[in-house]
Amino acid sequence: MSATSVHLERLPRGLQVALALGLIALLAFPFVATDFYAQMAARMMILAIFAMSLDLLQGVTGLVSLGHAAFFGLAGYALAFLTPQGAAVSLWWTLPAAVAASALGALVIGFFVVRTHGIYFIMVTMAFAQMVFFLFFDNKALGGSDGIYINFKPAAGVFDLENKRVFYYFTLAVLLLVYAFLRRLLFSPFGRALAGIRVNEHRMRAMGFGTFGYKLAAFTLAGGLAGLAGYLWGAQSGYVNPELMGFHMSAHAIMMVILGGMGNFAGAIVGAFAFEYLLHAFKDLPAIGRFDTGKHWQLWMGLFIVLVVVFAPRGLLGLLDRVLRRKEKRDE
Amino acid sequence: MSEVLLSARKLTKRFGGLAAVNDVTLDLWRSRIHAVIGPNGAGKSTLTNLLSGDISPTAGEVTLSGRDVTGWNPERISRAGLGRSYQKTNIFRPFTVWENIRLAAQSRTPHAAGWLRLASRIAPANERAERALELAGLQARRDQVAGAASHGEQRQLEIAMTLATDPQVLLLDEPLAGMGTAEAERMVGLLLRLKEAHAMMLVEHDMDAVFTLADHLTVMVNGQVIATGTPAQVRADANVQSAYLGDGDAGPPQGAVAPSGGSAAGLPASVGGPNTHG
Repeated sequence: MSATSVHLERLPRGLQVALALGLIALLAFPFVATDFYAQMAARMMILAIFAMSLDLLQGVTGLVSLGHAAFFGLAGYALAFLTPQGAAVSLWWTLPAAVAASALGALVIGFFVVRTHGIYFIMVTMAFAQMVFFLFFDNKALGGSDGIYINFKPAAGVFDLENKRVFYYFTLAVLLLVYAFLRRLLFSPFGRALAGIRVNEHRMRAMGFGTFGYKLAAFTLAGGLAGLAGYLWGAQSGYVNPELMGFHMSAHAIMMVILGGMGNFAGAIVGAFAFEYLLHAFKDLPAIGRFDTGKHWQLWMGLFIVLVVVFAPRGLLGLLDRVLRRKEKRDE
Repeated sequence: MSEVLLSARKLTKRFGGLAAVNDVTLDLWRSRIHAVIGPNGAGKSTLTNLLSGDISPTAGEVTLSGRDVTGWNPERISRAGLGRSYQKTNIFRPFTVWENIRLAAQSRTPHAAGWLRLASRIAPANERAERALELAGLQARRDQVAGAASHGEQRQLEIAMTLATDPQVLLLDEPLAGMGTAEAERMVGLLLRLKEAHAMMLVEHDMDAVFTLADHLTVMVNGQVIATGTPAQVRADANVQSAYLGDGDAGPPQGAVAPSGGSAAGLPASVGGPNTHG
């Protein structure tokens, strides 16, 4: 079996149709759902952008980062610092500034971490993210453990982001742009080189690829895109706190990517939606006698992810692909 | 005398107390094949790794096309015009044969060349890859997943990937390892065709191939060069005879430095015979 099929790099027609249906559902959703659920869907989209940014490292380049949330949080904080107490701030310069802050953070941290491999990479990314976490957690000037409120959503000219529906579609547009960009990148010389590094970095170097530079560029870009998601998160929730950069946030992103299927970005979107949906579904489980099943949602989530990894190693997207293929065969 | 493209001077690599390569001096000339032979553990692969930058030498220096490249990392040495293949097949197994070669060719396109273009549409890289694919005779295997190709085809792919980077100097580490007779013959033909345009170092156990191909021969034992010269000179060398055949044995048979059964340890595989090494 080729990596192309393991990773579903090229999406088969059936999956493309399924994704298009998903898009239509997202477009229609605010008209059929209550505000509460539309906001929840917007949040899933933000997390999907975050998961896609991690997939560039995890699924494409083979770098499993346990500290990706640091860059998600940095941009959220950037927005919080840039937003004055009593007025909105323009999105058109704060968004690039926040993304740049995350990318810069990723460039600096990446300079050290991309030299390491395997388990060491996982450990040092986690260590750096913990440093960033405690920098904000322990510093009153940076909001401390309570975090910072963002009283006004950024002003985006004709787009009134205070309007929940406008915010929803704005987020959807960003999601689509990031997806289109990353899909294009995947088949660019840069993307092919990253895939080569995942499969056999040693040979890549022997063929003349400066893999350090490629990995650092990927790490920086992934950090910047995580920042894009973090900015939207801050804007939507009106609040940032150190949890955004925390270990759990990083781990959840990894699980989203694994759950959906790695290396094709569509899986990351599916994984983010599925993860968030399941998280709420498991939390809402009723208590059985004195055992509060909902409180132990992590247990059910863990079980579910184990099942997916064992029975659908290509993730939910791969599972869907299998189901669609089987149906196709039956129809013939 | 033709142009020296790569030259190693007093190259030494010590791993702790062991000198895996000890004071080795060797030149590679354009349009010539320089074969390096010796028993297992003689330091041939370590020498290859030193020349390609995979490991850095403890002492000595390497010049490539007149530039001192000692201590350079592999990617820099590769870009300076050196291509190497590996003894143990080192390919991108999940990729197609074509993508393996295309990726190798891509390494020679400038970084800034439209980084959001489709990689599959970069004409110079495709042309280089196409040439390498044809040279290695892999056209029929183009869309096959590399990991599923036969052993011989994977060895051909090794060479094709090396060629796709347009190297001046080729270091080939046992290109014939594990190949059948027909495949080996084809590979020997390919190497002869490549000879004209490249300076080539060939590490090989197949003595038939070595004596067919080599213009120059270096024999290594225990990390040291014990003889170097034309194949005829080396064949007549007393050191080589004792190292390979043991003292008092008859002279080497015509056409090959062949071991006789049960002589000195770590002999190269017998003439044209199966190769059990690595």
